[in-house]
Amino acid sequence: MNRNDVQINQTAPGKIPDRSDSREILLQTNKLTKEFQLKKGKNALCVHAVTDVDLTVYKGETLALVGESGCGKSTLGRTIVRLLEATRGNVLFHDKDITAMSEKEFRSIRPNMQMVFQDPYASLDPRMTVRRIIAEPLITYHICSSKEELDRKVMELMKAVGVPVEFMNRYPHQFSGGQRQRIGIARALALQPELIICDEPVSALDVSVQSQVLNLLKDLQEQYGLTYLFIGHDLSVINFIADRICVMFLGSVCEIADKDELYSNPLHPYTSFLMDAIPQADPHLRESKRKMITGEIPSPVNLPAGCYFHTRCPYATEECLKEKPQLKDYGGRLCACHHAGDFENRN
Amino acid sequence: MNQENVLEIRGLKSYFFTEKGVVPAVDEVDLIVPKGKIIGLVGESGCGKSMTAKSVMGLLRFPGKIAEGSILYDGKDLAQYKDKELRKYCGKEISMIFQEPMTSLNPVLKVGRQVRETLLIHDRSLNKSQAKEKTIEIFRSVGIPEPEKRYNSYPHELSGGLRQRVMIAMAMICKPKLLIADEPTTALDVTIEAQILRLMKQLRDETGTSILIITHNLGVIAEICDYVYVMYAGKIMEQAETFELFDHTMHPYTKGLVASIPRIGKNPERLYTIPGVVPNLLHLPKGCAFSNRCQYATDRCRSEKATLICAGEDHYIRCFHVEEELAGTGGAPLQADLTQAEPEQAELTQAKPADTQSVSTEVQA
Repeated sequence: MNRNDVQINQTAPGKIPDRSDSREILLQTNKLTKEFQLKKGKNALCVHAVTDVDLTVYKGETLALVGESGCGKSTLGRTIVRLLEATRGNVLFHDKDITAMSEKEFRSIRPNMQMVFQDPYASLDPRMTVRRIIAEPLITYHICSSKEELDRKVMELMKAVGVPVEFMNRYPHQFSGGQRQRIGIARALALQPELIICDEPVSALDVSVQSQVLNLLKDLQEQYGLTYLFIGHDLSVINFIADRICVMFLGSVCEIADKDELYSNPLHPYTSFLMDAIPQADPHLRESKRKMITGEIPSPVNLPAGCYFHTRCPYATEECLKEKPQLKDYGGRLCACHHAGDFENRN
Repeated sequence: MNQENVLEIRGLKSYFFTEKGVVPAVDEVDLIVPKGKIIGLVGESGCGKSMTAKSVMGLLRFPGKIAEGSILYDGKDLAQYKDKELRKYCGKEISMIFQEPMTSLNPVLKVGRQVRETLLIHDRSLNKSQAKEKTIEIFRSVGIPEPEKRYNSYPHELSGGLRQRVMIAMAMICKPKLLIADEPTTALDVTIEAQILRLMKQLRDETGTSILIITHNLGVIAEICDYVYVMYAGKIMEQAETFELFDHTMHPYTKGLVASIPRIGKNPERLYTIPGVVPNLLHLPKGCAFSNRCQYATDRCRSEKATLICAGEDHYIRCFHVEEELAGTGGAPLQADLTQAEPEQAELTQAKPADTQSVSTEVQA
């Protein structure tokens, strides 16, 4: 936490003020940055995938990361669990800095943070049986002393996610997409983690299956007291699953707020455009009645000066072109926009 | 054939003759695309919606084949045409946009050349520079910024949204009478999706092109379609004008689909789920294809096949329950509200992998 105190900024970014202090902080990122080097030397080029992200995840909640593709939400998730090494900044898990740890030290932390991946077709080894897939983390961490115990554990996990135990000797290709995603979830649960990072777990699934998997995730959270960092692009899915939402654009955080506040009154113009863009399954809410964003995402290699969003923002002013807005506190919610207040009035 | 319609599909059966048996991917589908309208065909993966489109374009490949039925376009039956004869129409008067803008463009050719090619093939009177001019013009009209520069770009240099615009330009350059869009926005971000949908609507308004949109997203349907067909296991389950369909949803499957979408503004504890999974087309239930997942299914549903009946103004539905209800001959009324999920039931039945589902369906039947 000492690192955070260094900041002179009065409204410490990433920290939700007093009212939420009662909640236990599970994970915190400080100025977390991930860059991918494209070219070295004089004309060095890099992709600024994640820039100075401050996030706080409380125990037992679901924090959703939302944004368009290429906004760095998956990179952020992967950097947090150290599937990618951070360029700068750090991640605190239970107040321990995990970015500075050696691989060996980190090994004892890793069971506490697991991941569910987007593509259930690519994230399961096609040559392993379901039993083996789910057992792998248990074997790696020497959880079970005997083969019987291992099998019993695997069966328990399969029951928990709703895959019939008779199918434990089957291979992934024998299952449908929804079933495979359940297997992926069982694998993530195997080590009884505190935090599960769900990287778009339902975007590859059909609507009817999507709702089954979302219900399952919610049930498991209740049952095991899990904390989710849920990465997604579909704000209606997020609306169902999340408690708090963090909207990202081009590697930076635009806005963090409780779900209800965010949906009823988005402070950042990008959030409101994102919400308006979703085609609603109700013809009475057709697009003509909504605002629409123009243009596309700028390149993360040459970041625009000032606010990253100014190239697409209809409310941009001189100030927005020059200075990058910092996350500021607006009555318990955070927003990075010079005109967050004005914009609020315009709505 | 009615002159007001661009395309009339009548009793289309597209079957796949595989070693394991005949797969009825499209089974007796009737579908009409009137002039200047946007028609939606919606369903889950594997329901046969893309196969319907491929049948129209003559893109079915072995072991798939049109077994029966007619595809009437401009008074001619395309189902009888050979590939060579189809070429006169496909790409020119009927064109198609595919789902993956990355895989459907040639990565080693500049996009301008790829779009120009379509024009040169179908309009022999043009020379290359005229074709280039027209290509740049169409790039501008589909909203590609700096069209002269983009003409010389390779597909990998463009973003997903721009690539899809190039695909649309390619499809629109011969001013087709019918545009078939197969999941045109599925691979795109929501903000870009909204832009592409607006573009398609605008093109329809300007050129009068009829559009058939194939999608699994009911949001897209509600957004731009005039008329909707809901497909399940190769059959049309319900069809109606868009507002009518969403306001008076009748078929239990359509109801389930609509209810299982998470929505902003509603915060249910649980989402509604349709129990079970889509049946294997090789082992369809004997009666109604949806009977093994339908909470209202009766013995009649499990043994007899329902037919499409008229249930309202231009509203057709394939369901015994609604039929009985309309006829006033008993039949428990369908609950209007499906938001109360039955988790136990859902958990039990959904826990079957795709291949065993078919076996259990057989047993049921």
